[in-house]
Amino acid sequence: MLEAVALSCIRGERRLFANIGFRLAPGEMLSLQGKNGSGKTSMLRMLCGLTSPASGRILWDGQPIDQLGEQFRAVLCHLGHHNAIKDEFTPLENLLSSAHLGNEPLPENKALEALQRLGLAGREDLACRYLSQGQKRRAALARLVFERRALWILDEPYVALDHAAVNLVAELIGMHLRRGGLAILTTHQPVAVPAATVRQLSLDTDDADWQQA
Amino acid sequence: MMLLLRAVIGRDLRLAMRRQTDLVAAVFFFIIVVSLFPLGVGPEAEQLRKLAPGVLWVAALLATLLSLPRLFADDHRDGTLEQLALLPQPLAIVVLGKVVAHWLVAGLPLVLLAPLLGIQFDLSNDALIVLTLSLLIGTPALSGIGAIGAGLTLGVRGGGVLQSLLVLPLYIPVLIFGAGAVDATVTGIGPQAHLSLLGALTLGGVFFAPWPTAAALKVALE
Repeated sequence: MLEAVALSCIRGERRLFANIGFRLAPGEMLSLQGKNGSGKTSMLRMLCGLTSPASGRILWDGQPIDQLGEQFRAVLCHLGHHNAIKDEFTPLENLLSSAHLGNEPLPENKALEALQRLGLAGREDLACRYLSQGQKRRAALARLVFERRALWILDEPYVALDHAAVNLVAELIGMHLRRGGLAILTTHQPVAVPAATVRQLSLDTDDADWQQA
Repeated sequence: MMLLLRAVIGRDLRLAMRRQTDLVAAVFFFIIVVSLFPLGVGPEAEQLRKLAPGVLWVAALLATLLSLPRLFADDHRDGTLEQLALLPQPLAIVVLGKVVAHWLVAGLPLVLLAPLLGIQFDLSNDALIVLTLSLLIGTPALSGIGAIGAGLTLGVRGGGVLQSLLVLPLYIPVLIFGAGAVDATVTGIGPQAHLSLLGALTLGGVFFAPWPTAAALKVALE
């Protein structure tokens, strides 16, 4: 269970948001909404522990995430603005090397299966620099196919994807939630994630009103 | 921990092989700088012998400096550094792996070329051996200390110059003992003392540098 209490964020001289809180239980998804520059990405980076909030606390199973440290990072899967794939590597190498770094050995046939699922069959041996923006995003998202860590934090996962891929990613998130996982994502597209409790949180107003959908 | 270290080293080496221009540029820079001196100073063997250790060591420092900015910059730009920082293991281990890979790619070729280039300076066999040995022991320290500078200047505009200003003064002890070892051989004192101190600097540089570097990277990622 992830809980945020009275979070606020200051970037430079500006206060992006203040006093934001939510609680997310297993099987639930939080959809962060807000205008450009309202602090969605900052919020996600805070929830990952990459930046510390100006005030407020973030708790995982009742314990502050900065105290949990490595224990928290072990349950966290984060996909940021950037794809975190290497242009010099092929999609297959990217997938294998990120699994290898995360100390979760991945057999090659499973990796190929994941790439196939994301529609990259036939492209797995092509250096990523030759791929289109959407294909790169697909290569980055391929790890969600076998990702079993409990908390997914995804920054604009649907950006640059075509319609079919958006539905596929939504389906992957849905499966993750049915397994009892948690997901937090930002998006500007209204995408229905199958069979999920979706909470909406808007950063647009100062004292964010949030409701359950 | 060892697994992560191996994974990082393997990944960085593979990336370096895909991007050989960087590697080749630093090595050729080293060769050219070293070769310019005999041409510029003239063919007097006595003078060249005196210059050799200093020239080779300074050229090695500059060549290392040339390849440092890309140590973290590429990973920072494409978001991989964020992923590395979020691994459930200390970021310092990742940094250590990257330092080792950087040395294998940017330091080791200099060591291997040094005896060949030393011939241009009419160095004796003993002096050539000690020169190579001093570079072998000392260049890992250059990668380690350099990582701190690369981490601190990550994401800073015009970071390359700032990085040189930060890192070069820290290289001075390595330079003194590295070049000193060869000098001591030439003058007949024996290089053991210099080489031991160089070894100490390398151990310190490689095993303590990852922690401040990791802290600097976390600041850069905020």
